[in-house]
Amino acid sequence: MEKFSTLISTAVPLDISNVDTDQIIPARFLKATDKKGFGDNLFRDWRYNKQGDLIEDFALNKSKYSGSILVAGDNFGCGSSREHAAWALAGYGLKVIISSFFADIFKGNALNNGLLPIQVSAEVLQQLFEAIKHNPVVEFKIDLEAQTLSVLQTTIKTHFDIDPYKKTCLINGYDDIDYLLSKKNKIEAFELQKSNSL
Amino acid sequence: MKKTLFDKVWDAHVVDAIDNGPQILYIDKHLIHEVTSPQAFNELKDRDIPIFRPNQIVATADHNTPTQNQHLPVRDDLSRHQLEQLAINCKANNITLYELGHKYNGIVHVMAPELGVTQPGMTMVCGDSHTSTHGAFGTIAFGIGTSQVAQVFASQCLLLTKPKSLRVTVNGTLKKGVLPKDVILYIISKLGTNSGTGYFCEYAGDVFENMSMEGRMTVCNMSIEMGARGGMIAPDQTTFEYIKGREFAPKGKEFEKKVAYWKTLPTDDGASFDKEYIFDAEDIDPMITYGTNPGMGIKISGAIPNSKNESDKKSLAYMNFSAGETLLGKPINYVFIGSCTNSRIEDFRVAANYIKGKRKADNVTAWLVPGSRQVETQIIEEGLKDVFEAAGFELRQPGCSACLAMNDDKIPQGEYCVSTSNRNFEGRQGQGSRTILASPLVAAATAVEGAIIDVSKQFS
Repeated sequence: MEKFSTLISTAVPLDISNVDTDQIIPARFLKATDKKGFGDNLFRDWRYNKQGDLIEDFALNKSKYSGSILVAGDNFGCGSSREHAAWALAGYGLKVIISSFFADIFKGNALNNGLLPIQVSAEVLQQLFEAIKHNPVVEFKIDLEAQTLSVLQTTIKTHFDIDPYKKTCLINGYDDIDYLLSKKNKIEAFELQKSNSL
Repeated sequence: MKKTLFDKVWDAHVVDAIDNGPQILYIDKHLIHEVTSPQAFNELKDRDIPIFRPNQIVATADHNTPTQNQHLPVRDDLSRHQLEQLAINCKANNITLYELGHKYNGIVHVMAPELGVTQPGMTMVCGDSHTSTHGAFGTIAFGIGTSQVAQVFASQCLLLTKPKSLRVTVNGTLKKGVLPKDVILYIISKLGTNSGTGYFCEYAGDVFENMSMEGRMTVCNMSIEMGARGGMIAPDQTTFEYIKGREFAPKGKEFEKKVAYWKTLPTDDGASFDKEYIFDAEDIDPMITYGTNPGMGIKISGAIPNSKNESDKKSLAYMNFSAGETLLGKPINYVFIGSCTNSRIEDFRVAANYIKGKRKADNVTAWLVPGSRQVETQIIEEGLKDVFEAAGFELRQPGCSACLAMNDDKIPQGEYCVSTSNRNFEGRQGQGSRTILASPLVAAATAVEGAIIDVSKQFS
């Protein structure tokens, strides 16, 4: 997994709540057996019409917005457990998703792919949307070590929470498999104890 | 200390804990299918890590399978390749696979309980959010991402933070025509789609105690639609009787021993929950959804509520509905009875019972898709297939089908589908399709009428 420390980037606003993983990556694109290429179909049916033409009005298609941060509405990533959603967002070039609320499974999938989900209050989320509206090229700074998110040239600065274990993983590029394999002895002992007790 | 059902099962599976971090949870059963497993197999192969406990994994092909001509090679190249990859991976790693055509093949959340793989007190995972279904047995069961599938492959464990606890109690007697699907759609409409995020939900009260295992599975299945990773119902005599005698259920003395343990699992009197909700069964009517998330539900005769929320407005525009209108009389051209929510024998009995002696409306294309080969066989043996065919319905072969439309079973652009599945997201059943979630009874009635009708009137 890629390491994550700090990031300075402009951000794309997606002011829609309950964005489900079927929108992030529709089921018809889940037929691949590797993790590549999902970025091309990120938000496929919001980015393109049925004829394959770009839908100009959609945030990701507006030329004034760019960057590797997505600012999204409440309850982002609800629905299906498909990790393809995280692969699609990362494949598109996104490194951070900011929302006032994330669905559980999506949040875990994002973290397991070096994609940082940052949860902020509903109030801060509105401030972020306003800041981008006011200046589409305004830059955000994310410092994972300090757990802070700030919008440069503004007074917006907020602290965010992250599980300390997951933070270590992201900073060092570790994943859970490495950790679990280091606990093999304990797992085997647990199995033995469990089979004896039943 | 007083413990909940969830606490008892969780605590019995904690291997170790990281200070100030997640716990290592042992997983008893791991279910896999073709769509969310290939990348996990690749990950282990690339890192030269063996599958730790292949005999605790059960595989089936369901998401990406055709529901017609299953004896022929799968036509779509990508789908066929994905199915072949599952077979290759299972063979190479000694994993039991019930592939297309096998008598035990079916939707993962239908076939596993049916075979007795699912048992109370277990921890179960699958790369599918509707794994919550298995909680109907008093099992901790939840959906995981593909990275976690790889973790379970490698270690039979997951690193997890213990979720908070939530209890939803529904007491009283359900009105005639109100099915388990209506109960869960009602709960989600009241609590919203993210009220359960970060929680594991226990369903309690007379309504669930009096429900069949099929009904309990329908309820637990949709826990994820209110954000809860899983839902659980305390195991009882109904649970034990369902499991007894099934293929992989414990037998003889072993079964008695297990039952004695399972009886210790229900939540202790006085145990506390982080959040509690209580509803009256009498308040629940047949339900229907009008929007693009499962929380946007109303009673079938109700009017679409007004909302100032931009996302709700976007949702209504997508559905081409207006606030204040009722859906009664709305012409419907597609009906789907199937999915891991409602494709068990009981669901088809309900549908057949309504359809018997009636005919499908000419404008309606209706797909009846059993959840498994065993359900399909039962439909034939009980004579339900004859009822369906006489009424002009098409019985297809098992799979996830039009619930997520990965195969050819797609609802055309702009068309409404009254569907017994679990998600009414934009385009879920095909690009531009419009899904209306309902019970198998409402779906059957819609197919006969060619429009949405108030089924509750038929019982009053």
